[in-house]
Amino acid sequence: MIANIPFIAVAILVIIGLYTVIFRKNLIKMLIGITIIESGVNLFLITLGYREDGVAPIFTGLSNPDVVMTYPVPQALTLTSIVIGVAVLALMLSFIVQMYRHTKSLDVRTFGGDDQ
Amino acid sequence: MDKRNLLGFAFLTVVSVFLIFSALLMHPFGDPTEEDMDQYIIDNTVDETGANNGVTAVVFDYRGFDTIGEATVLFTAVAGVVLVFRRLKK
Amino acid sequence: MKGMSIIVRTIANISFPFILIYGLYVIAHGHLTPGGGFQGGAVVASGLVLMLIAYNAEWVSKRIKESHLSIFESIGALGFIILAFLGIVFGGVFFTNFLVGTDFIFGMIPMNGAANINTGGTLPLMNFAVGLKVIAGLFAIVFVMAHFISKTEEDAA
Repeated sequence: MIANIPFIAVAILVIIGLYTVIFRKNLIKMLIGITIIESGVNLFLITLGYREDGVAPIFTGLSNPDVVMTYPVPQALTLTSIVIGVAVLALMLSFIVQMYRHTKSLDVRTFGGDDQ
Repeated sequence: MDKRNLLGFAFLTVVSVFLIFSALLMHPFGDPTEEDMDQYIIDNTVDETGANNGVTAVVFDYRGFDTIGEATVLFTAVAGVVLVFRRLKK
Repeated sequence: MKGMSIIVRTIANISFPFILIYGLYVIAHGHLTPGGGFQGGAVVASGLVLMLIAYNAEWVSKRIKESHLSIFESIGALGFIILAFLGIVFGGVFFTNFLVGTDFIFGMIPMNGAANINTGGTLPLMNFAVGLKVIAGLFAIVFVMAHFISKTEEDAA
């Protein structure tokens, strides 16, 4: 079980982010919770490609030829995921600014239906 | 606590049990299954593309189609943000 | 929104060219060292946002118009797509690396070990196109928000 610590860290990050999205009523705090969930997912993508005693996949001619390299494909897909996270965060923040300008409150209970 | 808080708490408990249980059942960290595609990329990058950086060769040469999709998403997000903050001239 | 004090403005004036050169170095050497188009573009956009914070938004908007940013971003995206379509003309399939092996501009194949910047095929050209797109896009997001906030304060006052 001690060899699975990165995967348990990913699970804890997603749980903390999910708790913030469900139980907090301020819009900015929910946005930060969504960002924490995205950070957990990016960490999970990177740790899928690690090999024991591996180095970064940069090909110089100076290293000895029997060294193992980590896989480069999960790192490339994580790069794409980070950029998409930044784009979605910018759109969400612009919507929050417009909502505050019209109704002068950052509480999520003032939008939505009329129950409770 | 009222009904909404109880429902949220139950959902959080179910999802957290599922996540921790599947994190304990993953393959050990540092010992993935043998991949033929990644081994081929590591062996043949310098001959086929001439680059020294394996990750850039994968992003722009072996998997360039995903980079086109990512550039489209970035362009759409910038267009959306500029549209939301536009002031109409009176 | 007002700018900051004169100490912040002096340090921003001194350190802005160094940030610009470091970001362009990371973009240009993307096929030799870790880095590339997206990473270097984020570094240069951070340097531009530093200048936006130190001075007012109006001082920056007198020098960089919004139409310039839109032209830069379109040039970057169109350059990337044209480089992908030139693979059909010269190679046969979409996205072919058609500059490797020839002696046109970027065509050397490194024999053993350390290489110079003359390698890589179409990779450095694609790095420049994507870097330009990311710089213009990320700076346009922050600039539009800052301009909107300063105009709202000016209307309320």
